[in-house]
Amino acid sequence: MKATVHVTLKPGVLDPQGQAIGHALSGLGFAGVNSVRMGKFLELDLAETDKAKAEAAVKAMCEKLLANTVIESYRVEIR
Amino acid sequence: MKAAVVSFPGSNRERDIMMALERASGVKPSLLWHGDAEIPDTDLIVVPGGFSYGDYLRCGAMAAHSPVMKALKEKAARGTPVLGVCNGFQILVEAGLLPGALMRNASLKFVCRQVHLRVEDSQSLFTNAYEKGQVIRVPVAHAEGNYTADEDTLKKLEDRGLVAFRYVAPDGSLSPEANPNGSIRAIAGIFNDSKTVLGLMPHPEDATDPHAGGMDGFGMFKSLVNALH
Repeated sequence: MKATVHVTLKPGVLDPQGQAIGHALSGLGFAGVNSVRMGKFLELDLAETDKAKAEAAVKAMCEKLLANTVIESYRVEIR
Repeated sequence: MKAAVVSFPGSNRERDIMMALERASGVKPSLLWHGDAEIPDTDLIVVPGGFSYGDYLRCGAMAAHSPVMKALKEKAARGTPVLGVCNGFQILVEAGLLPGALMRNASLKFVCRQVHLRVEDSQSLFTNAYEKGQVIRVPVAHAEGNYTADEDTLKKLEDRGLVAFRYVAPDGSLSPEANPNGSIRAIAGIFNDSKTVLGLMPHPEDATDPHAGGMDGFGMFKSLVNALH
């Protein structure tokens, strides 16, 4: 099975990279970008064939390593 | 004082801190590798600076789960003092030995310069050779030193006196210009609850030679020798 993981900074955590990208966009003439939040995207190829088990395993991976839950939240999709 | 320095693929400040430890204690520290599953009995464990695992994923995230860190956590739980500098601080935070997180510098730049720190507590293993409120000059060299934590954690750190150092102006006052990375409340270093673990972003080991960088960082190593003999 394939798993995709989005890791993003929690709301309220300052994202200087996202802000810099937003400034760069407006500098390029792209108007109306109210804010940019930057995150990480991971693709995992899993041997597991049971969707629920795969999801549980990837969530455990997020808690332990893939995300720092002090400042980041994550979203897991299994396909 | 017998010290063990733990290094990882990408660590690069282990020699600096080993020299500083030896200069203060007269005892050559031992050097451990990330794959070592055991840490021999020692008075102090040091996690040095660098770019462990290339800073992949998040600074310190991979190193925090290496075999030697499991052994380090067991030792720390039994009270062995642990010092983490720069990447070492990031690793201790990722390993859950210290609260909060270290994010990208607010400037988005790698900052390499001298900073002034105010010693917030002189009653610890790591700071007893300093006076409370003393201002010391030591270098920083990092891109991810922007300390953050939730309000409850910050309140606990402040109430229990667990903020070890803050970035200040040379006169000891707080100012945005004196804060090199945007750390919340200008926090440069923190203790754990029992003050047996200290993590800080600046490099006191690189201010332990009168011919290179001054001697202001030597107090930390002298403190450790005072406390641990």
